[in-house]
Amino acid sequence: MKPRYSVFSLARNAMNYHKDWERAWRSPNPKPEYDAVIVGAGGHGLATAYYLAKNHQMTNIAVVEKGWLGGGNTGRNTTIIRSNYLQDASIAIYELARSLYENLSQELNFNVMFSPRGVVMLCQTEHEFRAFKRTAHANRLAGLDCRMITPAEVKEIVPIINDDSNCRYPILGAYYQPRGGTGRHDAVAWGYARGADGLGVDIIQNCEVIGIQRDGNRVTGLETTRGTIRTRKIGVVTAGHVSTIMDMAGQRMPIESQCLQALVSEPIKPVIDCVVMANTVHGYISQSDKGELVIGGGTDSYNNYSQRGSFPALEHTITALVETFPIISRLRMLRMWGGIVDMTGDRSPIIGKTDIDGLYVNCGWGTGGFKSIPGSGFVFADTIANDRPHPIAEPFGLNRFAEGRLIDESVAAAVAH
Amino acid sequence: MSNKPYRLAHGGSRIDRARKVSFTFDGKHLTGFAGDTVAAAVMATGQRVLGRSFKYHRPRGVVGLGSEEMNALVGVGDGARHEPNLRATQVELYDGLTAVSQNRWPSLDFDVSAINNKFSRLFPSGFYYKTFMWPKRFWKHVYEPFIRRAAGLGKAPVGRDPDTYEQIHVHCDVLVVGAGVAGLAAAEAATAAGARVIIADENPLFGGLADIAGGTIDGRPQTEWVKEKTQALAEAENVHVLSRTTVVGHWHHNHLMLFERVADHDPALLAAGTPRHRLWKVRAAYVILASGAIERPIAFANNDRPGVMLASAARAMVERYGVAPGAQGVVFTNNDDAYLTALTLHMAGVGIRVVDSRARAEGELPNAARAAGIDIATSSIISAVHTSLGGLGIGDVKVAAYRRGQGRVISERKVECDFIAMSGGWNPALHLWCHNGGKIRFDDALQAFRPDRHADAIAAVGAANGTFELSNMLAEAHAAGEKAAGKPSGRVAPIAEQPKQKRLEALWFAPATGKYNEGNKHFIDFQNDVTAADLELAQREGYESVEHTKRYTTFGMATDQGKTSNINGLGVLAEATGKTIPEIGVTTFRPPYTPFSFGAIAGTLTKKLFLPIRRTAVYQWHVDRGAVVEPVGQWRRAYTYPRTAEDKHAAINREILCVRNKVGLLDASTLGKIEIKGPDAAEFLDRMYTNTFSTLKVGRCRYGLMLNELGFLTDDGVTVRLADDHFLMHTTSGGADRIAAWLEEWLQTEWPHYRVFVTPVTEQWSQFAIAGPRAREVLAKLAPDFELSNEALPHMTFREGRLGPYPVRVYRISFSGELSYEVATPANLGRGLWDEIVEAGREFGLEPYGTEALHVLRAEKGYIVVGDETDGTTTPYDVGLDGLVSKKKADFLGKRSLQQPHLKSTDRKQLVGLLTEDPNEVLPDGAYAVKEVKDKPPMEMIGQVTSTYMSPTLGRSIAMALIQNGRARMGETLSFPLEGKVVRAKIVEPVFYDKEGAKLNV
Amino acid sequence: MLVVKCPVCGAEGDETDFHAGGQAHVRRPASHDPANISDAEQRDYLFIRHNPKGLHFERWRCDRGCGKWFHAARDTLTLEFKAFYGIAELPPRELMEQANGPWAEYFRQRLAAGTKP
Repeated sequence: MKPRYSVFSLARNAMNYHKDWERAWRSPNPKPEYDAVIVGAGGHGLATAYYLAKNHQMTNIAVVEKGWLGGGNTGRNTTIIRSNYLQDASIAIYELARSLYENLSQELNFNVMFSPRGVVMLCQTEHEFRAFKRTAHANRLAGLDCRMITPAEVKEIVPIINDDSNCRYPILGAYYQPRGGTGRHDAVAWGYARGADGLGVDIIQNCEVIGIQRDGNRVTGLETTRGTIRTRKIGVVTAGHVSTIMDMAGQRMPIESQCLQALVSEPIKPVIDCVVMANTVHGYISQSDKGELVIGGGTDSYNNYSQRGSFPALEHTITALVETFPIISRLRMLRMWGGIVDMTGDRSPIIGKTDIDGLYVNCGWGTGGFKSIPGSGFVFADTIANDRPHPIAEPFGLNRFAEGRLIDESVAAAVAH
Repeated sequence: MSNKPYRLAHGGSRIDRARKVSFTFDGKHLTGFAGDTVAAAVMATGQRVLGRSFKYHRPRGVVGLGSEEMNALVGVGDGARHEPNLRATQVELYDGLTAVSQNRWPSLDFDVSAINNKFSRLFPSGFYYKTFMWPKRFWKHVYEPFIRRAAGLGKAPVGRDPDTYEQIHVHCDVLVVGAGVAGLAAAEAATAAGARVIIADENPLFGGLADIAGGTIDGRPQTEWVKEKTQALAEAENVHVLSRTTVVGHWHHNHLMLFERVADHDPALLAAGTPRHRLWKVRAAYVILASGAIERPIAFANNDRPGVMLASAARAMVERYGVAPGAQGVVFTNNDDAYLTALTLHMAGVGIRVVDSRARAEGELPNAARAAGIDIATSSIISAVHTSLGGLGIGDVKVAAYRRGQGRVISERKVECDFIAMSGGWNPALHLWCHNGGKIRFDDALQAFRPDRHADAIAAVGAANGTFELSNMLAEAHAAGEKAAGKPSGRVAPIAEQPKQKRLEALWFAPATGKYNEGNKHFIDFQNDVTAADLELAQREGYESVEHTKRYTTFGMATDQGKTSNINGLGVLAEATGKTIPEIGVTTFRPPYTPFSFGAIAGTLTKKLFLPIRRTAVYQWHVDRGAVVEPVGQWRRAYTYPRTAEDKHAAINREILCVRNKVGLLDASTLGKIEIKGPDAAEFLDRMYTNTFSTLKVGRCRYGLMLNELGFLTDDGVTVRLADDHFLMHTTSGGADRIAAWLEEWLQTEWPHYRVFVTPVTEQWSQFAIAGPRAREVLAKLAPDFELSNEALPHMTFREGRLGPYPVRVYRISFSGELSYEVATPANLGRGLWDEIVEAGREFGLEPYGTEALHVLRAEKGYIVVGDETDGTTTPYDVGLDGLVSKKKADFLGKRSLQQPHLKSTDRKQLVGLLTEDPNEVLPDGAYAVKEVKDKPPMEMIGQVTSTYMSPTLGRSIAMALIQNGRARMGETLSFPLEGKVVRAKIVEPVFYDKEGAKLNV
Repeated sequence: MLVVKCPVCGAEGDETDFHAGGQAHVRRPASHDPANISDAEQRDYLFIRHNPKGLHFERWRCDRGCGKWFHAARDTLTLEFKAFYGIAELPPRELMEQANGPWAEYFRQRLAAGTKP
């Protein structure tokens, strides 16, 4: 176990100019064989490893990572955490994740800064209003703490919102999850990495998978740039790169990789205390503890592995947000970036077994991965350890695409006679 | 040293001493000269501190020359025109300018948060990941609110931005980024070769550092050469010359954004209606990157004290603004270039000495300095800085002997001074090179990264390419200009003379007094307060990847995005880990180069132009009539028409009853209309719809269902056979464009052999529904000879003809369940026909009705709305429209998917009607029924309300719902737990009015 | 922002003037033998996609030009277009030969079956 972090350890280390801090995680060489290997040291992969070790006592395991841990979408998202989805299966996994976030800092002894500052989802058309009312009923009966709020309440929670009732998309109300919010994305990866490492998990960075070995229909190991690793359980958690890895095993996937962009403004003193999502105009915004406005946009419509998106996709979002929050017109964009997201046919994730024995996959989180990290890792670890889907993971199996059992969170487009 | 004005008696190439300009800084009224920046004008008054750092709130002065400035950030302007976080080194002074410092309270000179600095030992990098966890709820309620208040820099403006922005799209042959001498030489060559050129520079004046670099070009001083070339480019017809314009980003296929600050420097321009900013979207066949280089600070102990500047900035202060950085200074360098600063200051009468970390300083410039009598200490560094004025200025420094690689200071001596001009070498500004994936390599001679390979048509020249020698720079730029233009220019490259410089020696870390790296702060990222010790701590803790180090320490993440800190940080990391800088790696450069306004990104697409509203030909009539309008897709439609003193509910009820009992008029023009014509049109429609259209007779109408390939309902509407080979398809209002594109896609990509044209005609027609028992009488009055009898024009038929002067298509179709005619006329005649119908209908009690009445009417009749009764996962079977799904056709879109196991399973949600036990209770929209009511959630949900209304026709509430296995549950009573109560409702058939359809066939 | 060129009308412009329409050469089984399609075949048609890092083949529409659909070969890592070709055509032979992974397999089969798309 690691020495604990606390204000006292901080003070103690300060005496010696912080020269005695231990490493947060080791930098081990791969062993020849593990009981299980997770491919991909993003939030989902690291959480999976952590829960495999903690909940299932599988400590002879490794996480292999092509680059640096937490370097993919875990460190590129807009850090929103919420669980107010429409479908039962989605509510179950996102709420598991959200509730794990509540205590994650304490559990990992690493401050992931989960901040339940509230998520406000604006209703800007009658159709959207109705859709959220339905979601609100479903969420209430599922036991989620969520409610519809009035335009006046929206204005109170988000004073900078454009409340002109004659604007293009007037605020008709909002769907509000008070216990949704944000977290510190890097810290989630680092916290899980430190936690897993403390339980004996080898996190092997700069180790790219270049082949998957099979014996008949069963996996037997991995070829990596740092040698061959024997294992009979492989969990692939590589988001936008999942098709590349699965192609090595001959497992075709219902995935397309696209670029999702985000940006931050220069830091300013607090102007917005919660997360606001404006789905009609495709923009969402929050303010980080550092003071930057964190803004997310849409995906490019074509496959893109370049981590660089096209400007119009963001321009569209900014234009909408200038209209929704007029004061940002005179603020400035500091930095923009892209992540490679794995989009499935129904835009819901895939968690579970594959056609190949010992090969498990957790992917397809698309634009919603960060919020689900703890829940995803929790159920995926259980799935790998027991070689059967965890009940919460079961609806998300690959088999749903052949059965037509889709999990569609996008309520039909706004149409009316 | 005293706090006295530093404006020199002479000099200042940029300022006009005859024109005084008054402005305020933190409320104090100050005076500067036309041509000053805020930084220069404030410094001229003797004020050293212009800002406070992010974390420790340490007092900070101006460090840089322009956009690389990280300390002196100010807010400019008042109220809705306030703009935070501007670099004082870039803000041009104008009369009446108001500037405020940031991130301090109560004042710049006395900031209570500076206490953070006293406890800084407790706050190393990443300290917040290790604490603030107990007790748990304190994070949200105590720690985080405190951190948020303390963080942030400037304040946001208040209210709606009164200024305007615009965008311009331009193609060019050659875009030259930066108008220093390299950029000018490249642009001159490209222009002379006949290329269409854009040259852009972020500064108000072209020339880059030419005015402070010395030397001559083509026998003239650099500044004269610059002036002449700038003038020539401005006069050339094939060149856009853009000053105050930053090329902020480079994207795929040579797409670049140029951010022009059109009016920030002159309120008179704004007042005259000039846009504040302009965003140039440039597609360049070729890009020449001549973005110059940025000077590096040196990491020495307390190198952030007010009065520590970059050597180039100190030099420019004197040359450009006639402002001395102090009275007595030290140039601290590892290269020859900074000797130019020493010479410049010396000539201006400022006391100066040089501390050079190199063992030998024997280039032309050091020799000139020596000859001028300037004291030069080689093999030396600054090992300590002592403050004066309570930390707001510098009192003296310690100079220590130094040998490369030395870890600690052995001997040192005190040197009095009040400012330091530092230079750790120069980094090529290769940010734009990297935005779209250009590769870079480390150059050992420069100790800096320089451009390497790039897949795009782009070349770097001059300092941006690591070419610092003036003649080479010009030759390289000239050649690049010709290459970019693809033709010779017919001119020769300019020839330059400049003192030769000797090599620099890397100096990533200057050791300090005392044990290595204890207690002293060697700042790497000034704004974010990241020190060399922080970087090393990150390494020790395992945050080894440079990206980890960056994120853990926040180095390079301030508003300057690491312009001055990036390479220094890598140097420190390299020395700490024994790796080379290339082994450490670099973090990714991302757009933008410098921050640019969201206003410019939105451009003119704000307020009314944000998203244009679509209006029908009759829109103004609805508004004049007092209609409440609602957005439907891009349209605005009349929701209801309340009369004076009538609330919306009463109005809707009145409109419904008017349709049921008399006659109503609806503007249905927004309904999607698509004409499908050609010999194979019928067969094509059979593929598109679940039901069959090839059997439809000419002149008849048929309601059709459309699925996507997943088997789910995506649109519906009535299609009319106008002729054997000619159909008119109606779609939902919101679906018109989508369905037209959908038809076209299948036609072109799957069945290209079909001879069919698909033509969207929604906007060509105005279409009105005249619905109600007296509808026929209204129409008959308008056109007595139009054959309207039930026999001549029965339900679901169509006739073309004239209503008086109006050519019309009359469809006898109904979405209300009443006798109904939809009359379509060309849109330009729409308003006239509408007025005539209103007039003709008067005696029959005709009234307009809106979309809400329409919805209640159709719900009473049990007609579905795609998007209400369906949600993207609903099949035709789910909504009970099995009869509309052909069993005979071998194929139609979505057919095979309907056979996937889950879609044909029997326990799917099915459409039913609901009658609440209490007829006055209206179920809420979207309410869920549960299998079993429990005291508290979770409860198992079995389906949801899709439409719910108080029906004035029936005098009770009605609802439709999708309920698991609903059709088998007819008569069952379901429970809908709401907040505080449970509503119970009986499952019935989802048709509440005129089940037999008698009203339709009259 | 990409520059796209329509092979039908020759219009060349920003990607915003075009519509990206996903993977090319997806065979719709119901257009051929609607009575004999397994659930797995239907799944493959609807959901399974080639998703290579590198050379990819896809559909685009000339949205604001001639309105025609066409095919494009594009590298998903560099985003360079390698070819634009007709909606009823296969890509240039050298590109089919450069293709990797599932695409290589696809073109091998197509070429074996004759080049009719």
